[in-house]
Amino acid sequence: MKRRLPLAICFIMGLVMIVQFFIPHPTSLAFSSVIYKWIIVLMAFALVLAIGNLIRHHGEKIRRRKEDWPYSIVTLAGMVAMAAIGLTWGIASDSLYQKIFLNVMAPLGGTMFALLAYYMASAAYRAFRARSLEATLLLVSAFIVMIGFMPFGQYLHPRFPAFAEWIMTVPNMASQRGILLGVAFGSIATALKIILGIERSWLGGKD
Amino acid sequence: MSGDPWIWIGAVLTLMIFSFLYKDNPFYKFGEHLFVGVANGYYIVYYWHNALKPNLFEPLSAGQFLYVVPLLLGLLYFTRFIPRISWLVRIPIGFTIGWGAGLSIPAYFQADVLRQLEGTVVTPATFSNTLHGIYAVIILIGVACTLIYFYFSREHKGVLGSASKLGIMFIMIGFGASFGYTVMARVSLLIGRIQFLLGPWLGLID
Repeated sequence: MKRRLPLAICFIMGLVMIVQFFIPHPTSLAFSSVIYKWIIVLMAFALVLAIGNLIRHHGEKIRRRKEDWPYSIVTLAGMVAMAAIGLTWGIASDSLYQKIFLNVMAPLGGTMFALLAYYMASAAYRAFRARSLEATLLLVSAFIVMIGFMPFGQYLHPRFPAFAEWIMTVPNMASQRGILLGVAFGSIATALKIILGIERSWLGGKD
Repeated sequence: MSGDPWIWIGAVLTLMIFSFLYKDNPFYKFGEHLFVGVANGYYIVYYWHNALKPNLFEPLSAGQFLYVVPLLLGLLYFTRFIPRISWLVRIPIGFTIGWGAGLSIPAYFQADVLRQLEGTVVTPATFSNTLHGIYAVIILIGVACTLIYFYFSREHKGVLGSASKLGIMFIMIGFGASFGYTVMARVSLLIGRIQFLLGPWLGLID
């Protein structure tokens, strides 16, 4: 019961969604739309669970005065303030919620990803060595794409940007397509294993 | 220099994150923890206004009692905290996973298999432009060799070995190009932040 019922629900849902895809009747589409709304609701509940875990984790850190505990207050205060503002005054384009998004969240997120430019470049400098033909190809293609997409590239040679574009649309496209096909076949196989109950790791636990 | 307090907040937070380039410090930690908190608050509000309100509470208040089902399924997530009935959490997980798996099979097949094969197949019409025809043949060879590289059911010897070697070359060019493209995307973000500091905040550039 503890394992069979969830497995049966998973099997039925998987089968229903596959069959539904091949029946473009309005009833089938309406059914799919209702189930999609249910899934959105379930994801929201999962988020509540995640938020609960976050509160528990940081609450525990503050209570036990663990290392860097004052920053946990910043996290919890930021979350409570943002949630209270959005739930009280709404999310219209001129609301305080959107202002915080634009002037706090966007700069923080944007700068964190911008930092990666430095770390990726420094990691590449240390790791990229033209020791073999394959490594040289990787190095050269990265260099051409980087230079080609900079305004500086066309001063080196007027056809540099076009060459970078060619690398992106021909050899890069070929390898990405091959990888994508492999990933697609792998994902289909995994999905089938889940529906048929062969892959059961999502059940967790022993009983 | 800007007189807008919001611009000042954005600029100070940007500098706090950039301070990590020197070393890990309290300013960076403050910015990092604030980001986690605010982002979570953002998603609480986002899911309330875009998920729970229109897809659960509004239909329920309009008398559509069918929506009691997702409410009950959602509440089952919290049984995880009651050891005696914690197995019930598997029901909403099974529902969601089954839905995702079922939906993904035809979706992957249509978007990632058929469409990609359609784009790879070379027909006489591809050669209406000779250069594009040659590029299409290169792509076809590249896709085939990449797939052969990932084919492990036979030892890579002879023709299979040569095709596999060509495949790894295509893969390396692809990885290099993806790396270069990702670095450029991050650099454009960096330029954006520097422009923000020099423009709206300090007023040194337009």
